[in-house]
Amino acid sequence: MLRIPCPWCGPRDETEFSYGGQAHVAYPAEPSTVDDDAWATYLFYRDNPKGWFAERWMHRAGCQRWFNVVRHTVTYEIAASYPPGASRPEPA
Amino acid sequence: MKVTVDGAELVARPGDTLASALVRAGRRVLSQGIYTGRPRGLVAAGSEESNIFVQVLSGTGEPMVRATEIEAYDGLRVRTLAGKGLLPAEPDDARYDKTFAHTDVLVVGAGPAGLAAALAAGESGARVLLVDDQPRPGGRLLASRSTVDGLPAVEYVESVQTRLAACPEVTVLNRTTVAGYYDHNYLVAVERRTDHLADPPAAMARHRLWNIRAGQVVLATGAHERSIAFPDNDRPGVMLAASASAYAWRYGCLPGRRAVVFGAHDGSLAAAIDLADAGMEVVAVLDVRDAVGPELAAALAARGIPVHPATAVLGTLADPDGVLRAVLTSAGDTVDADLLAVSGGWNPAVELFSQSGGRTAWSDAAAGFLPDQPAQRTFCAGALTGAVDVAEALATGASAGAAATRATGHEVSEVQPPVVTGSARHQEPPAAYFFVDSAADDRVFIDMQRDATLHDVRRAVGAGLTSIEHIKRYTTIGTAADQGRGSGVLAVGVLAQLSGRSMAELGTTTYRPPYTPISFALLAGRDRGRLADPERVTAIHDWHVEHGAVFEDVGQWKRPRFFPRAEELMDDAVRRECAAARSGVAMMDASTLGTIELQGADVGVLLDRLYTNVFSTLAMGRVRYGVMCGVDGMVLDDGTTARLSEDRWLMSTTTGNAAKVLEWLEEWRQTEWPDLDVRCSSATDQWSTVALVGPRSREVLAGVAPALDCTVEAFPFMAVREAAVAGIPARIMRVSFSGELAYEINVASWYALAVWQAVYAAGQPLGITPYGTETMHVLRAEKGYPIVGQDTDGTVTLQDLGMAWIVSRKKPDFVGKRSFARADTARSDRRQLVGIVPVDGRSRVAEGSQLVAAGAELTRPPVPMHGHVTSSYDSVTLGTPFALALLDAGTSRYGEVLDAVDDGIATAVRVVSPVPYDPEGERRDG
Repeated sequence: MLRIPCPWCGPRDETEFSYGGQAHVAYPAEPSTVDDDAWATYLFYRDNPKGWFAERWMHRAGCQRWFNVVRHTVTYEIAASYPPGASRPEPA
Repeated sequence: MKVTVDGAELVARPGDTLASALVRAGRRVLSQGIYTGRPRGLVAAGSEESNIFVQVLSGTGEPMVRATEIEAYDGLRVRTLAGKGLLPAEPDDARYDKTFAHTDVLVVGAGPAGLAAALAAGESGARVLLVDDQPRPGGRLLASRSTVDGLPAVEYVESVQTRLAACPEVTVLNRTTVAGYYDHNYLVAVERRTDHLADPPAAMARHRLWNIRAGQVVLATGAHERSIAFPDNDRPGVMLAASASAYAWRYGCLPGRRAVVFGAHDGSLAAAIDLADAGMEVVAVLDVRDAVGPELAAALAARGIPVHPATAVLGTLADPDGVLRAVLTSAGDTVDADLLAVSGGWNPAVELFSQSGGRTAWSDAAAGFLPDQPAQRTFCAGALTGAVDVAEALATGASAGAAATRATGHEVSEVQPPVVTGSARHQEPPAAYFFVDSAADDRVFIDMQRDATLHDVRRAVGAGLTSIEHIKRYTTIGTAADQGRGSGVLAVGVLAQLSGRSMAELGTTTYRPPYTPISFALLAGRDRGRLADPERVTAIHDWHVEHGAVFEDVGQWKRPRFFPRAEELMDDAVRRECAAARSGVAMMDASTLGTIELQGADVGVLLDRLYTNVFSTLAMGRVRYGVMCGVDGMVLDDGTTARLSEDRWLMSTTTGNAAKVLEWLEEWRQTEWPDLDVRCSSATDQWSTVALVGPRSREVLAGVAPALDCTVEAFPFMAVREAAVAGIPARIMRVSFSGELAYEINVASWYALAVWQAVYAAGQPLGITPYGTETMHVLRAEKGYPIVGQDTDGTVTLQDLGMAWIVSRKKPDFVGKRSFARADTARSDRRQLVGIVPVDGRSRVAEGSQLVAAGAELTRPPVPMHGHVTSSYDSVTLGTPFALALLDAGTSRYGEVLDAVDDGIATAVRVVSPVPYDPEGERRDG
C-alpha cells in the first residue's frame, strides 16, 4: 500500500485516495474543433511509461481534493505531489 | 501438562512445542507421504519443518499447523495429517482484531542480530517495533552454549530484554509473524495471542493483524537450515542437524541415541559437538568437503568422534516400522544409527526482502542466496548478510540498527559489539552441495510434502524445461504448505547440476506474500456478518418495518420493496400498489435519492457544462430534469435539480450514484474550471423525502399543508415551494417519476417520520397506499423512464434512449457533446431502448433475456444476438407484461416479432414503443 503525500493533509495511506489516471490531460478548449483522431486520443489514449509518471489522485477519505503526484512506475517512489494547475516538477 | 495426539496422551513440559513433546515421548512415525504412503517424521525443530503438520482440535481449532510451531498447553488436542487438513464445519466464533502501528524502525526477528539492532535503535530514542515469531526473544541464542559479554547466552538475552523494557519507545511483539512486506515500508504481521493458552480470557482477541508503517526496516529474519537429498532421505530419524541440536539444548529432549552427522559446512561439525555434549553417541561425522574447519575437527577429536572428509551418505536402512536403522556411506560402510543429522548449509530467509522488491544474488562464500540491492528503506542484519556465528550476527545487527536509526534522523552513539566466547570458529568455507545422485532417484526426495523426487526433476529437465519457475509448476516442488521453504533452493541446486548452469544464473522462484498463511477470519477482523458492510436506513425505516415491508438492498441502503397485506405475494402487492398510484393516491419513501446542495454565483455555468440541457436559464422556484454524460458521450446519471435562490441549487441523483456524481462535480470544478464560484456538498442524509403520487395526491397535500396554494396555476409541474407540512418546514417539489400528478416533500431528517405519519393519516380517507421500489419500477417503466445502471450500462447514449430531446443544440459545448459526433456513437443501428410485450399477452420475460430472431435455432451456436431485456414487469395498467430492452436499431423495428431467450427457453415477443402509457403526458396535472 502506497503512502501518498496529500498536499493539504500530509502523508496518508493509499486506501484514503481515489486514482484519477494520467495528469495534465486537459479537456480541449473547443472540443467541436478537434478532429476525430485527436478526440479519440483524448478519450482513450494514455501514456504508460516505465519510469516517472505524473498522475492524478483525490483524497476521498480526507479533504476530497484533487492533486497530482509524480510516481515511478517501477519502484513506486513518489518524487512530488502538487496542486492541479501547477506545472510538473522534475524528479531529482 | 497433558496433550493428546491422535487420541493418545503425552506429557509435555512448560516451554515445549508439540514437536518437542513428541520427540521426548519417542514418537517417530507421525505421518505418511501423501502419494507414496512412506512413513515420515519430524525433520526440524522450528519453521523449517516440512513434514509434520497437524490439525488442532482443541480451542478454536486450526486445520493445518506445523507441529514445531504449536506451543504445548494442558488439554491440547491434535490429529496428525498426511498432506492436508480439513476446514472445521463449525463457524469460527473467536475474536479477531486489527491494529495499526507507525514506527521509526521496525526490526523483524529477535535473534541475536535483531536484538542488537533493536537495542541500538531503542537506546538512541527512536520508536522501535521488534517483532518475532517465537514465544520469547533470542532465536538461536536460546539453543546456544556461547557466552556473551560474560553471560550465558540465555541470560544475555534476558539482560537485553531488561534494557529494551527500559526504553519507553520500544515495543516487543512475541508470537508475531511478519507475513507481508509491501510498498512504502508497509508491512503486515500476525500476532497469535491465545493459541498457547489452555484457558484464554474470553475478551482477548485470538489473533491480531498488525498494519505497520515503518520509517526504516531492519530485516534480521535469520536463516533456514537446508538439507541434502540422498536415497531414502525421508525416513523418520533423518533430521536437520541444527534442529536436532535445538531439541537437545533448547527443549531438553534427545531426538535419538546414536547419531551420524552428515554435512557440507562447519556448522554441521558444531552441531555434532552439541549432540555429543548433550549425551548422544555420535558415531561418525561425514562431510562432503575435502577439508573441514580445524578447530571444530580438533574439538570433535577430543571427544573421540571421527570426521570423514570427502564422504557422503548413499542411502539409509529402516527397521520394520520404517524408522532409520543404519546409514550407508560412500566409504562402503553401514553404520548403525537411529538419528542422521543432516546439514547442507543455510538458506538466509530472504522471503520478506524479496517481497519488498529487493533482488537476491547467489553467494559462493555463503553458499546461499543473499539480499543484493534493497528496493526500499531496508537494512539487513545477521544471516541475511552471510553471518554464520553469534558474534557476527550481533555485530551486523548493531550496525544495521544504528544505520537505520541514523536514517530516521536520530543520533546514535557508538557501542562496542558484545564479546562472544565459548564457541569454536568456523574456518573452512561451506560447499554448495545439494544431492547425492543415484539410480534410485525416485527415492531421493526433494519436497517431502509433495512426495516429489530427484526423478521428477530429471523428468522435467528431460521434457525440456529450463526455468526454475517451470520446474516448480511441472514437479509441484515448493507448492505445498511450506511454499518451498525446505525444498526451493534444493531444487535450484539440483537443476543447476542437471542442466550444467550456475546457481547465480538460475536464481530463485519469486517470493510472494504471505510468508505464512493468514486466515480469512483475521483479515475480516470484526467486519463480519452485519458489520461486514454498513447498512443505511432512512429516518422512516422503523415505520416500514412495523408495516411489514419486504426490503431490498440498493447499494448499502435498505429500501422497502413492497408492503404485502396478509397473504399477498409480491406480484399481488405490486398490482395493488400500482393501481392505487394510478387511480387514487400512494406514497413512497424516496429519502435514499442522492441530494447535493450547490452554492455559488457560477452553479448555472457548471451545470450547463455537465448536463446536456440548459440550466443557467432556470428560474428561481423551478425544477428541471437533466442527464449527465461522460466525456465519451455515454449516460452517467440523471435527476432533477431545483433552483432555490439566485445562487443556491439542490440536485438529486440516483440512489446508487450519489457519491459518484458528487465526485464528478468536484473533479471538473477542481481540475478543469477552478475559476468557477461553486461549492458542492452532500445533503443526502440531512434531507428525507416523502413521494406523494397519484391523481388524488393534491387533496392529501392540501390537507397537510393548509397554507400552500396547491392549485395547478399556483403550483405548476416542475416547481418548488416552501411551506409547512404538518407544521414542519418543508420544501415541496412537483416532480413525477410515474407520469401521475406527484409531489416530493423534503424535510429535515429529524422530522421525516412525523411528516410521513401525518401524510399517511391525512390520506386514509382516500385509501393512501404505501409502496416500495418494485411498484416504483413498474410505474416508471410504463412511462419508458430508464433507470441509469439498469437500463443503461456505460455503452448507452441519450440518443440510444430516445432522449435526443434533452440534448441542447444551442450550447457550444457540454461534457459528452463532442462524442455524439464520433462515428461509432452516431451510427443509426446502435442498440436502442424499446418496449417489449409478449405475443401471447401473458408471459413475462426474464430480465437479462437475450433477443434473437424469431424461431432462431438455439442449439446451433453461435446464435446472433439482437439485444437484451433490461427491465421486465407485469403491468396491471397495460393488462400485459411489459419489458424494456436494448435492441440493435430498435427504434426502426416497432412491430417486429423476436424471441426472448432465457436459459434455453424462447418466448415470442413484439417490439413496441418504450412509452406505452400516457405518451402525451396528460396525467401529470391530476
